[in-house]
Amino acid sequence: MTDTSATDEAPEQLRVILAKLGLDGHDRGIKVVARILRDAGMEVIYLGLRQTTDSIVAAAEQEDADAIGLSMHNAGHMTLAPAMVKAVDEADLGTPVIVGGIVPEDDIQPLLDAGVAAVLGPGTSAEGVAQAVRDAVAAANA
Amino acid sequence: MSDAPTGNEADAAAEEAWRSSPEYAAWRERYDAATLRDKPYETMSGVPVEPIYGPGPYPGEYPYTRGVYPSMYRSRLWTMRMFAGFGTAEDTNARFKDILRNGGTGLSTAFDMPTLMGRDSDSPWALGEVGRAGVAVDTLADMEDLFADIDLSGVSTSMTINGPAAVVLAMYIAVAEKTGVPQAKLAGTIQNDIFKEYQAQKEYIYPPRPSVRIVTDMIQYTAAEMPRWHPVSISGYHIREAGSTAAQELAFTLANGFAYVEAAVAAGVDVDEFAGRLSFFFNSHSDFFEEIGKFRAARRIWARWMKERYGATKERSMLCRFHTQTAGVSLTAQQPEINIARVAIQALAGALGGTQSLHTDSFDEALALPTEKAARIALRTQQIVAHETGAADVIDPLGGSDYVEWMTDEMERQAEAIFAHLDDLGQGSILEGVYAGIENGYFVGEIADSAYRFEREVNNGNRIIVGVNAFTDGDDSDQSILRIDASVEEYQRKRLADVKLGRDDAAVQAALAAVTATAADPTANLMPPIIDAVKAYATLEEVSMAMEKEFGTYVEKAII
Repeated sequence: MTDTSATDEAPEQLRVILAKLGLDGHDRGIKVVARILRDAGMEVIYLGLRQTTDSIVAAAEQEDADAIGLSMHNAGHMTLAPAMVKAVDEADLGTPVIVGGIVPEDDIQPLLDAGVAAVLGPGTSAEGVAQAVRDAVAAANA
Repeated sequence: MSDAPTGNEADAAAEEAWRSSPEYAAWRERYDAATLRDKPYETMSGVPVEPIYGPGPYPGEYPYTRGVYPSMYRSRLWTMRMFAGFGTAEDTNARFKDILRNGGTGLSTAFDMPTLMGRDSDSPWALGEVGRAGVAVDTLADMEDLFADIDLSGVSTSMTINGPAAVVLAMYIAVAEKTGVPQAKLAGTIQNDIFKEYQAQKEYIYPPRPSVRIVTDMIQYTAAEMPRWHPVSISGYHIREAGSTAAQELAFTLANGFAYVEAAVAAGVDVDEFAGRLSFFFNSHSDFFEEIGKFRAARRIWARWMKERYGATKERSMLCRFHTQTAGVSLTAQQPEINIARVAIQALAGALGGTQSLHTDSFDEALALPTEKAARIALRTQQIVAHETGAADVIDPLGGSDYVEWMTDEMERQAEAIFAHLDDLGQGSILEGVYAGIENGYFVGEIADSAYRFEREVNNGNRIIVGVNAFTDGDDSDQSILRIDASVEEYQRKRLADVKLGRDDAAVQAALAAVTATAADPTANLMPPIIDAVKAYATLEEVSMAMEKEFGTYVEKAII
């Protein structure tokens, strides 16, 4: 994070949308992630709480986002994360969706199968978070 | 050998001096008048121990640094109040009856996310959330199921809800009335602490000022009609979980308390009429001595401010009585079993800090809602603290330690600096200062800065978290977790549809119009029309939205 050297940065600044989808108000994690990604040289657009799949898609389109990051702490991830992927697909954006927060081990593969680009659990290092975003963007553009 | 007294002799002389002081005698008289738990007060090895060591101010005496009551846990242990809830109202009702059959008298209700946000189970916002983190309450019918066949005059009910607290309290009053229990006989607590929602937990509906109007209406209503009800539980727990430091948790929480006092006094309620029924809720985190200092400082600060700034004269108005919960945020998903040790240490800090009740977290809560086994281990953990360690035998056993006294002073010093800032922001009013701090992002900014600093320390290895950034061997992630059946959502939607079919729609619309009209009149109290509306089976969301018409919604500025 703070010690990320310039050589680690992507040549173009990545634009990442972060949002809390649905009613869940736990925003400690997503704010920390916002600062981590900013420190890693990315442009972070934090939409805040109580977003819908529509509001996130609209923002991703308008901001020409490279990735969408969602943070989920209320066990709603199996409903909400696939809904987000579907909304992105329907808008034909091709933007990778990354999920962080409290996601049980057994749910990770089903989420990946549903089209989520990466799932970041508690304890993921700052470097791990930034790298997961870069990898997801690279894979989406491949 | 000189003639000077040895260390032991000097200590004995000092103890003899304070034990023979009139202050000690006065405290001792109150202590001796208290009913004590029937057990020998001696160590495991048979050494008899006194209730208190060290000079005053004694427990139960202003400014209450050493405890709110003269005999503390020698009379009654803290209440072991375990907070839980899941599924349908019937599921939770069965658990309540189980608690009552086993001799419990306190019921604690957790609501699901849509209920906490004033939304019904059929709202698009509720998708995937119904019955997950607590019980779903859409109408009075759900509340009737929740408390079916329970004598509400004989229990104390704690309801953890804030934004729509008035509607849920109205439903509780209506259920009681239907079963012949007058509201004056109802005992319990509703969290109803809206300030910390804007600062940390983020479960608000309306902007701050109309929300505080609802809170003061409830304070006024309960002061007049429900003498056994605690209308607000001022909560630092969520502020700490959101990332604050211990001193920020202490200061923001007490400042919120001062703000409610100022709001209620401004609404015309005498401070001594309601202050004695305010209670607090703190976090117990892992830095043992800092937490104990925080608890001790909380009592001293509250007592002094209530007496000196707000002119309280009744002792009860000055008592900072609090519930404690161990720090959910400290639990690690890695090697989850070691969380049992963290919880034990945090629980001990709560006991040594003089808490009135305690919830111990389950070791698997970094993964999901607790399994039954994990919840039982958590309860057993505080039973060990209570019955095996001797921590409950001597009042404020760490009082007098140079370090603990210094830490108590330091927590107080940091908190006073924050009060001064808020007083300044509010130009002599803490209430206005808290509003200003919500509007200008002060609280969320301070909390986010502290959370980020902590995260950076963990990431660069300056702060060791066992199992996360050190000692990471041995993590088998083969942990069974609790899963909530998705059929609850379908069941609850059908239940709501049935209730809506069976009610008198004209009566519902008239009652909702009365709620909106009362919201428009700042001199009227919202509780009576809300009670009428829920009795007509208006839904939680309908009543919430009837007020929203007048109050508007709150959207937080998204600040990183």
